[in-house]
Amino acid sequence: MINLTINGESITAPEGATILEVARMAGIEIPTLCHHPDLSNVGACRMCVVSVQGARALQTACTTPAADGMVVDTMSEDAVETRKFVLEMLLTDHPNECMTCEVNGDCELQDLVYDYGVKWPEHNGQRHQWEINPDPNPFIFIDRNKCILCSRCIRACNEIQNRDVWNFAYRGFQTKLVAGADQFMLDAGCESCGQCVAYCPVGALYDKMSIGLGRVNQITKVRTTCSYCGVGCNFDLNVRDGRIIRVTSAADAPVNGMALCVKGRYGYDYVHHPDRLTRPLVRAKWLGREAVEERIAAGEWAIFDEAKQRLTHRRPPNDAQTPIPNTQYPNTQYPNTQDLNTQLPPDTFIATDWDTALDVVANKFAETKKKFGGDAFALLASAKCTNEENFIFNKFTRQMLATHSIDHCARL
Amino acid sequence: MTNSIRDIAEEARCIFIIGSNTTEQHPVIGAKIRRAKRHRGAKLIVADPRRIDIADYADLHLQHKPGTDIALLNGLMHVILREGWQDDEFIRERTEGFEELKPVVAKYTPEVVSEITGVPAEDIELAARMMAENRPGALLYAMGITQHTVGVPNVMSCANLQMLLGNMGVPGGGVNPLRGQNNVQGACDMGGLPNVYPGYQKVTDRAAREKFEQAWGVSLSDQVGLTVTEMLDAAERGDVRCLYIIGENPMTSDPDLNHVRYSLQNTEFIVLQELFFSETAQFADVIFPAASFAEKDGTVTNTERRIQRVRKAVDPPGEAMPDHWIIVQLAKRMLALGATTPDPDAPFADWEYQSWRDILEEINALTPIYAGVTAQRLDAGEALHWPVFGPDHPGAPILHVGKFTRGKGRFVASDHTSPAELPDEDYPLMLTTGRVLYHWHGGEMTHRAQGLEAMYPEALVEIHPKDARKAGVADGDLIKVASRRGEIVAKAQVTDRVEPGLIFGTFHFAESAANFLTNPALDPQAKIPEYKVCAVRVEKAGSSLDERAISE
Ligand code: SF4
Ligand code: SF4
Ligand code: FES
Repeated sequence: MINLTINGESITAPEGATILEVARMAGIEIPTLCHHPDLSNVGACRMCVVSVQGARALQTACTTPAADGMVVDTMSEDAVETRKFVLEMLLTDHPNECMTCEVNGDCELQDLVYDYGVKWPEHNGQRHQWEINPDPNPFIFIDRNKCILCSRCIRACNEIQNRDVWNFAYRGFQTKLVAGADQFMLDAGCESCGQCVAYCPVGALYDKMSIGLGRVNQITKVRTTCSYCGVGCNFDLNVRDGRIIRVTSAADAPVNGMALCVKGRYGYDYVHHPDRLTRPLVRAKWLGREAVEERIAAGEWAIFDEAKQRLTHRRPPNDAQTPIPNTQYPNTQYPNTQDLNTQLPPDTFIATDWDTALDVVANKFAETKKKFGGDAFALLASAKCTNEENFIFNKFTRQMLATHSIDHCARL
Repeated sequence: MTNSIRDIAEEARCIFIIGSNTTEQHPVIGAKIRRAKRHRGAKLIVADPRRIDIADYADLHLQHKPGTDIALLNGLMHVILREGWQDDEFIRERTEGFEELKPVVAKYTPEVVSEITGVPAEDIELAARMMAENRPGALLYAMGITQHTVGVPNVMSCANLQMLLGNMGVPGGGVNPLRGQNNVQGACDMGGLPNVYPGYQKVTDRAAREKFEQAWGVSLSDQVGLTVTEMLDAAERGDVRCLYIIGENPMTSDPDLNHVRYSLQNTEFIVLQELFFSETAQFADVIFPAASFAEKDGTVTNTERRIQRVRKAVDPPGEAMPDHWIIVQLAKRMLALGATTPDPDAPFADWEYQSWRDILEEINALTPIYAGVTAQRLDAGEALHWPVFGPDHPGAPILHVGKFTRGKGRFVASDHTSPAELPDEDYPLMLTTGRVLYHWHGGEMTHRAQGLEAMYPEALVEIHPKDARKAGVADGDLIKVASRRGEIVAKAQVTDRVEPGLIFGTFHFAESAANFLTNPALDPQAKIPEYKVCAVRVEKAGSSLDERAISE
């Protein structure tokens, strides 16, 4: 253990920690941009500079180890002026677009510029004019004009995902964040996990599927567990007006931290797909022709167009360049295409109501159980349902239907 | 898994992956393993018939033939014993059956094993040394181990190796099956199995039966029920009349789909709860529209036995309802019809659940390993890995610490047995199956996620350049793949990811699902079909230009 003083407060800290870590443990805030607690420190942005007594120059708190007897001032005039200068320099080559930026309100640069009262510099000098959204990756949006060259994306890809896709190329004002040898991301080995987006402090990298759909003050976040594989990643569903518009990493997710894979981060849009089933369906033969005709005539039931469902299942792949359109939600209109008077095959699916459909099943089950006993039933539980659902399904099998013939597709 | 993802990622000095395409199937675990290898210097050994992505990061890739896992594992143990690298203290104090293991393993010299597996003898020596010199080591496996007629002996051989090395019950060690679907673990834990009640309490065990009889107020059978494959056979015979399926799609995920189709057609009454009109839906009589994970509350259990929350974020579309609501409605109607008359005094006879929390309370009361998994503890953010035996029990991120759950760990030696169907003159190639990064199982969800579908829009079959040349097939050509059970047409991807003689297909695309080809031969104990090996032949079905015509 070592003892040091930060802003006049004496602090005991473990050996080997940086000034930044010690300060944060003690609840003292030091601003940062290139630092992220999950990633290695590079000391690139100089936002975190602090004065250390006896040192000749300001020290970057994120890379300087705390030492016994150190006296640190995080808000010295020098440090504050330097931070303002750093921010001003960043703004000289940054678009003044917060009004329309996706990350407005959720941007580390914007917050610091606000905190330090830096004005957007009007000047006629050079600002970059990189092409916006130049990469065909269907998930990751790039706007290099907003890039502050902090290298967090580079380190996230190297240290978390271990794909080494990103790096800096060229020098000086020409310095550019590139994938591979200035290639498209997918050609440089990207697997579209989106870790780089999650770690970007500004709006330079963003999720393509979410462009224009809502910013942080317009959404609510709901923490949940992924519906795909068994790793059990947690993340936040970003919801606006009853629609999931984005998935964002949750730093405190116990299993995965900020990391997600392409399915977890970008595979959520099936939830709002127009193919979703929205009404109970029963084959006409279990309802009786008369009832079907009557209730359809009354506008209560409808014929379900099975053929159409099967066709919409597979769509031609999207042109990856165009942003993915929103699917209209939800499609509750069932087409009533067949002429009832000419034919109603007994196998036609009828979109009915819950009471009818549940009664059909309950009656059939009760009758079968009475005649043939529990051996006439077999049930398949779901590896996609919750524990509670599986539990009562198991209870239904054993208590209601008097059989143990329940299984699921775990073996498959 | 016997261990947690975190301790493996942070503490294992050697990671041995066998039969798991980790970076594509469990990508976040895969990324953590890549990180352990590259940034922490852990050793990584990958045994897989294909040059999968994670193999490119490995210190050593053992490219063994499909269906030769036991021989490979025995070979590793042979070298360890020959060199005296086994953990004698662990074996003496914590295990039994070691003496019976020795003579079996003795037969599997690296040379013999090399003959069976195709792995060079020196690589087997090297792998054994790496494992011995870098302890603790974790073993990870997935369906590449279980989907064989020798699935159970495969798993036991994995356990043998880890016990021999003393890699059990320690952080960074363990035998770690990676579970496929997000709540496979929970579905098993909650009694979605024909032989056990929730919490693996056997239906044949009298005490367990009486406990549930008292709880639910009915008398229960002591006969084990049917497994999924047996169900389909019984349905075909007409013995099973009603099939009730929640959120599963046997019409893409089961082996030998032509047989599945016939069974489903023969079933009098099929009830299905689904999000979409799946391939199985075509055979249903009643379909209930269900809610997706984003539309309901509850808990799920991950591959490391950790229970976590799912939370409702949006309303289900139209009239769709959560599965639990649907089941409760049916149960109440059945009660009203007098289909069952449980003793009203039994504590859990009724179906009056107000929310998922009420169901969880019943789980707590009847499932010892979930006894302490309460809504309060989950909401407080506690990390709960079952078994959690009570409200004050902390759970167990690592199993078998100090002592095996069953007392002593048992070595059960197995001999190599060939897969049920091997290539022959008529069907000269071997087919193995799996999944890819961008799709999920039958694809019900991922084909409707537009970005994922754009990344991987069609079925591909991997074939080695040598075999492709023999069949006159070029990259991108359509090929017909036929087995004794059926045939599919898919696009050929000519690649050396597979060895000559081996081709690889997926079941993500209904119209060309590899499961029209796979062999339904089962492991006699686990009843898992042999997806990983069957014999096929290929022929060209058209050049890439004709593709449009076929897919229309
Ligand atoms: S999406 Fe993942 S793999 Fe692709 S560049 Fe970003 S971090 Fe790397
Ligand atoms: S894209 Fe974002 S994370 Fe990457 S260097 Fe630029 S600002 Fe930093
Ligand atoms: S945060 Fe310390 S230099 Fe960037």
